[in-house]
Amino acid sequence: MDRKEGRRAIEIYINIVLLFFLVATGLAAVLLRNLLASAMLLGIYGLLMAALWVVLDAVDVAFTEAAVGAGITTVLMLLAIALTERHEKRPSRPPYLALLAALVTGGALVYATGGMPAFGDAAAPAHRHVAPEYIARALDETGVPNVVTAVLASYRGFDTLGEVTVIFTAGMGVLLLIGVGARRRKEGGGS
Amino acid sequence: MFMAATAALLVTIALALARAFAGPSVYDRVLAVNSIGTKTVLLIAALGFLAGRPDFLDISLLYALINFVGTIAVLRFIRQSRAQEGN
Repeated sequence: MDRKEGRRAIEIYINIVLLFFLVATGLAAVLLRNLLASAMLLGIYGLLMAALWVVLDAVDVAFTEAAVGAGITTVLMLLAIALTERHEKRPSRPPYLALLAALVTGGALVYATGGMPAFGDAAAPAHRHVAPEYIARALDETGVPNVVTAVLASYRGFDTLGEVTVIFTAGMGVLLLIGVGARRRKEGGGS
Repeated sequence: MFMAATAALLVTIALALARAFAGPSVYDRVLAVNSIGTKTVLLIAALGFLAGRPDFLDISLLYALINFVGTIAVLRFIRQSRAQEGN
């Protein structure tokens, strides 16, 4: 029991350090005018975020974050930079309104965390609604040993199909945009 | 022992982050991103043993792959844009 307490304390320290890194990386990505550097910093952000998810025991989310946040997003950002410019222009006036909107939204979210159940609370509503049913019946009904996979691929199969359709459409849109831009540049011989 | 390794890895990530912020050249940043990726892989492996869940090693393997792809993408982009500037 004592050992478990100690481990929890260590995890909290690691969380604090990782969150500090995240804030520093985010600020640097916003403040730097070199967009290539910003894109790379966002890649770092994705990796750190994924490490944080692993510490929080959300391994599935960490997988997604590492693949999408650190991998694909960086590549897409680089493609976008290749089609536009590598340096960000200085805004003509400081974006106070955007800063205010971000602060209000962030404050509301921080305020909302006060209403959340404690981390790892077994009595939380999310764990008492349908989760016990899934855990009890997933293996018999679907034959999939991993409950998360069973829920995503079987119980919410249509939901996942819809998500895949959305992602496919978005991917096609991005490909069309990038493909058209590259062709135009080739035809124009560099504008 | 794993605790000391984790602490050392976090310090290394902090140092690499400082290099990523300061730059100044693109290659400094590429190297910083790549080494942070490697340190994340090691961090997750060390955390797995710290938390008594060695199966975290699988995740760190995936991270190693993604880190590789990201670095290659950045370097290819830089080479391409250098070639365009040369024209």
